[in-house]
Amino acid sequence: MCGAVKGGPSLEGVDVENQAVIQGVVTRDGQPVGNAYVRLLDRTGEFTAEVPTSATGQFRFFAGPGEWTLRTLAPKAVSVDNAVTAAKGVVAEVAVAV
Amino acid sequence: MSRESALVTADWVEEHLDDPSIVLVEVDEDASAYDTGHIPGAIKIDWKKDLQDGVRHDFVSKEKLEELLSAKGVGNDDTLVFYGGNNNWFAAYAYWYLKYYGHENLRLLDGGRKKWELDARELSTDVADRPATTYAAKDADTSIRAYRDEVIDAIGTKNLIDVRSPDEFAGRLLAPAHLPQEAAQIGGHIPTAGNVPWSKAANDDGTFRSDDELKALYADAGLDEGKDTIAYCRIGERSSHTWFVLKEILGHDNVKNYDGSWSEYGSLRGVPVALGDEPGAA
Repeated sequence: MCGAVKGGPSLEGVDVENQAVIQGVVTRDGQPVGNAYVRLLDRTGEFTAEVPTSATGQFRFFAGPGEWTLRTLAPKAVSVDNAVTAAKGVVAEVAVAV
Repeated sequence: MSRESALVTADWVEEHLDDPSIVLVEVDEDASAYDTGHIPGAIKIDWKKDLQDGVRHDFVSKEKLEELLSAKGVGNDDTLVFYGGNNNWFAAYAYWYLKYYGHENLRLLDGGRKKWELDARELSTDVADRPATTYAAKDADTSIRAYRDEVIDAIGTKNLIDVRSPDEFAGRLLAPAHLPQEAAQIGGHIPTAGNVPWSKAANDDGTFRSDDELKALYADAGLDEGKDTIAYCRIGERSSHTWFVLKEILGHDNVKNYDGSWSEYGSLRGVPVALGDEPGAA
């Protein structure tokens, strides 16, 4: 694969209007990281969910409206935190570099 | 039970990859994970297809389990080492389920699939081929499974632990945030339940915290060791993780998993429900 796709996985078939979606792609030196784990932490720092990235480095959460933190763990890398705001009917795209 | 008798490390698994009496079993929420690569020699159990009845809202019967394990080449004397994604949620569920039907030698791989992957250890796409066996399950051990009536009776009398995330406990979310939020049931929790998210029992890499940290975690949450304990979540898999911690690592006597969990309780007519971050009154 040459370079990373932009943004999270396709939203075809997802009822975005009623969801607060947080999604994106994890890259290392511009290349997608397919074996990373992205955790969603709530406003108090408590774990809420975790997903492995797809082969194309992509991930998605159905969160609630509010402030969240994404914590990304990848093989042979220190974990990376990204702050993100979610809102109903909005797709929050996050680019994570490890 | 203790940490030593219930958990194995990734190093231990690597040292025992060629031992035919040790059967590695991958159990995932996303059953396709096995097909993209698994620990060499591991067999796959599909949490939904293999372990859920499919008609009744229940897990498969003793007879179906016997068929499954016989076909997978698992013997009664084999040591089963479960591991999986989602920080071992479904692996812990399968461990609990096998314990329910009396399998003697059960282990969980500490850290599960995530730790194995983050360590960059070997994964294989070769499907394990074990000769079929004649597996005989034991009668159900009802001392580790709670049904709804017992849960309702436990309000205000037993330790109830809700192991979902704080937002699910309070009723702000109905499902874990990596799943679409379903609206078929109400939000909230069982009154008097303490909220100790399963994730507090695990490190970021999915391994369990130390015995001292785990003891402090449940003591701080007000768990009374003199009382019986029932753990629940949404569908019974994350509460298997906490059941494992309390029963198998810390060795508490009377701990049950309420596998009906919130998906059942939150759909019942006439039962009390509490909203918000506090346990609520009986």
